[in-house]
Amino acid sequence: MADQGKVDPMHQFEVQKMFDMFHVGNHEVAFTTSAMWMVIAGLLLWVFMIGGMKRQLVPGRWQVAVEGFTGFISGMMNANIGPEGRKYTPYVFSLFMFILMLNVLGLMPLGLFGVHPFTVTSHFAITGVLAILSFAIVLIVGFWRHGLHFFSLFVPHGTPIWLMWLIPVIELVSFLVRPFSLALRLFVAMTAGHVLMKVFASFIIDGLAASPAIGIGVGIPSLALMIGISGLELLVAGIQAYVFALLTSLYLNDAINLH
Amino acid sequence: MPQISQFAENWYAASQIFWVLLTFGFVFFVIGRGMLPKIEATVDARDRKVADDLAAAKAAHAAADALEESYRQQSDASRAAAQKAVTDAKDKAAKDAEKRLAKVDAELADKLSAAEADVSAARGSAMAEIESVAAEAAGDLVARLSGVKVAAADAKAAVKAVLHG
Repeated sequence: MADQGKVDPMHQFEVQKMFDMFHVGNHEVAFTTSAMWMVIAGLLLWVFMIGGMKRQLVPGRWQVAVEGFTGFISGMMNANIGPEGRKYTPYVFSLFMFILMLNVLGLMPLGLFGVHPFTVTSHFAITGVLAILSFAIVLIVGFWRHGLHFFSLFVPHGTPIWLMWLIPVIELVSFLVRPFSLALRLFVAMTAGHVLMKVFASFIIDGLAASPAIGIGVGIPSLALMIGISGLELLVAGIQAYVFALLTSLYLNDAINLH
Repeated sequence: MPQISQFAENWYAASQIFWVLLTFGFVFFVIGRGMLPKIEATVDARDRKVADDLAAAKAAHAAADALEESYRQQSDASRAAAQKAVTDAKDKAAKDAEKRLAKVDAELADKLSAAEADVSAARGSAMAEIESVAAEAAGDLVARLSGVKVAAADAKAAVKAVLHG
């Protein structure tokens, strides 16, 4: 926290170096708080999935939960891409679960136990890597399956000849913007939500610091709002993970079925 | 905004990219490619089992219906056969009774006619005896009254004429 009891809403996003590891070129690779939360998310996800590996014909509760997630993603892939989408379900499922777990972990009230939660997906560096990964897969699949014919993606069906100079340019720009929109959407949504919560929290602290009357007058409505916003943020955590996975599946559909 | 300002730090981007690739790689290879297909296979197997079981149940239902139908037909047929057997037996019994009755009738008629013949024979012989006795009596009477000896043949003819009118 910043000095003099002031709450800096951006401080929560700072990545702390925990220990150095090795150098790549002249860049240092360190184990950071961000890395720690990613490792925790991966391990939690792994533990969660192990519960679904009992492979019973009549599933228990845990297995139903895991199968609910897998069924959700494979159903989405089936609806958006078709039977050929099955091949890409592992990637989209990993993406969805990893992002969802990171989003939700960042919202956990772990501060009560003295742990500082950190929302990994509020970092553009992270969401950018995931978005570029998705975009690269779309490019590779598209050119692999269709060769140079993949460029016909930029000429939608029914484009009039006299607009041929304009439409492909617009389509190309919209195509190239995809990784940015993918990365920015998640990063901005997570950042904004956490800033909002921090701001309302600071209202309570600053109000109480000013005087008890102001503290109660400002604090109670702020707390009420924060409870609502916390619920909303949980929703956003799920929705943003879903949107990332959904858009990836739609982009993959372009590459696989090519209108 | 640390998300942008920290790019200035030497370790930030390298660490973030390294760790996201490492952890996401773990998630993708271990969870996405290792565990997900098995879970999906389980779900598929269950779906298939449910579909198979439903089909089997439907087939069993149809078989039961067919069985019931054939049972019904069979019972109808056996009932008809039983009814036929009963009517046949009744007919046969009636015919038998009729035949026996006719036979008894015929026997009785035979006996009756034999008895009648006997009776008429007896009457004939009785008549003949009466005739001869009457003729003798008539001859005796004539001889005793008039002393005229009547020939037996005459007396017989006269008696016959009287008796038979």
